[in-house]
Amino acid sequence: MSESVKSPWVLHYDASSCNGCDIEVLAALTPLYDVERFGIINTGNPKHADLFLITGSVNERQVPIIRQLYEQMLEPKIVIACGICACTGGVFKECYNTLGGVDVAIPVDVYAPGCAIRPETIIDAVVEGLGILEEKRRLLAAGSLEPAELPKQPSAADKPVRGETVAAAWQKAIANALQTAGQEEQ
Amino acid sequence: MTPLSFGVALVAFVILGPLLGCFLTGADRIITARMQGRVGPPFLQPYYDVRKLLAKERRSLNSFQGYYLILALIMTILSGAFFFAGGNILLVVFLISLSSLFFIIAAYSTRSPYAEVGAGREIIQVLAYEPMIILLGVFFFLITDSFDTSAVASLELPLVVALPLVFAGLLFILTIKLRKSPFDLSFSHHAHQELVKGITTEMSGRSLAVVEITHWYENVLFLGYVGLFFVWAPPSTLILAVVVALAVYFLEIVIDNSFARVKWQFMLSWSWIVSLLCSALSLVLLAVLNGFVV
Repeated sequence: MSESVKSPWVLHYDASSCNGCDIEVLAALTPLYDVERFGIINTGNPKHADLFLITGSVNERQVPIIRQLYEQMLEPKIVIACGICACTGGVFKECYNTLGGVDVAIPVDVYAPGCAIRPETIIDAVVEGLGILEEKRRLLAAGSLEPAELPKQPSAADKPVRGETVAAAWQKAIANALQTAGQEEQ
Repeated sequence: MTPLSFGVALVAFVILGPLLGCFLTGADRIITARMQGRVGPPFLQPYYDVRKLLAKERRSLNSFQGYYLILALIMTILSGAFFFAGGNILLVVFLISLSSLFFIIAAYSTRSPYAEVGAGREIIQVLAYEPMIILLGVFFFLITDSFDTSAVASLELPLVVALPLVFAGLLFILTIKLRKSPFDLSFSHHAHQELVKGITTEMSGRSLAVVEITHWYENVLFLGYVGLFFVWAPPSTLILAVVVALAVYFLEIVIDNSFARVKWQFMLSWSWIVSLLCSALSLVLLAVLNGFVV
């Protein structure tokens, strides 16, 4: 086992949601679970981090922030979506303001479900991610690591909800309202 | 000190310095974890960290930053080599100050606001500990009539007997030098009390590995300062010096785990008060011991 696997440093970010998963991430860092056994250290600095743990669904305001944090991290790095909201958007998926899971903003390596995610699941997800981290380290050493492609800049207006985009639904609603108003005037 | 003894000390310090420093840091992390009711990382965790950092992608906001950090490392190594070869203690002190200076320049060179806050705090730390370190050299000369650290080998009693208060002052500022709470203002090993990552905010990958290795060398050198107070004529006293240095390191770990970070005003004022009081009282003590008033 190489050293990158023995010393993964963690950066965690809480996108919009109920914050339950972020509290579980912090719980995993407490003495009860003691992740420092595996060399895991919590850092506040993306430039020092190897793992990026994100909780919560993503809205339009957070995309640039998440992308900046991701781009400041040095290769080899992996992203772990913690909790069902970070994986798919969860119960907030069809809200008009959320875009969906973390993968609308940056490429995700490990999806860890749960509502709220359990600290044991987070540790399992990190252990799963370490294999990917090691693979990326080997590719980087060989000089053949391709930078992961960022998804196209998403917009809440283009999000499909019940078969149509939010923008189309709004246009239809406005047209309906105008029509109703016109009929009332007549 | 002959060129030969300097060469031997240089080679020995280059090889043994980081080994000892790594072991000290590894032991520190396990002891800290046990004090917090945890199991803690493997003993060689600091080594794994540095190996990982060396394998990371290389990226820097200022391409000169890496050179400044290498210079800081070289100054630390030279300083340690002069110290353990029995060289001039003033040279040791000024070389290690130069090392701090390069470290500070490295942080300022990136123009990052967070790194600048850390670098400013590092300057305050230098300001806080430097008087005591220079006074240490002066008192060393008063007792041994020489600035060479090898002069302790001809003493009949250890320095700590003649200079107990200077030793106490050194212990006070050692917390700053070893970057332990409550005086770990410029950067902390513990993320929970940090403004991004203090002076090391913009140091990543290979640069951060160099910072870690420099810190290993520094720790060994500063524990050498402690040991210096417990060495006298019999060569077996070297063992006593090592034991005392390790005990002091354990004490520092206890202090690190017992206190939260203080404000810089507290650190600066108290380290100057302690430095000046300790040295003034030491002068009085020396005068009494010598049977005359200076």
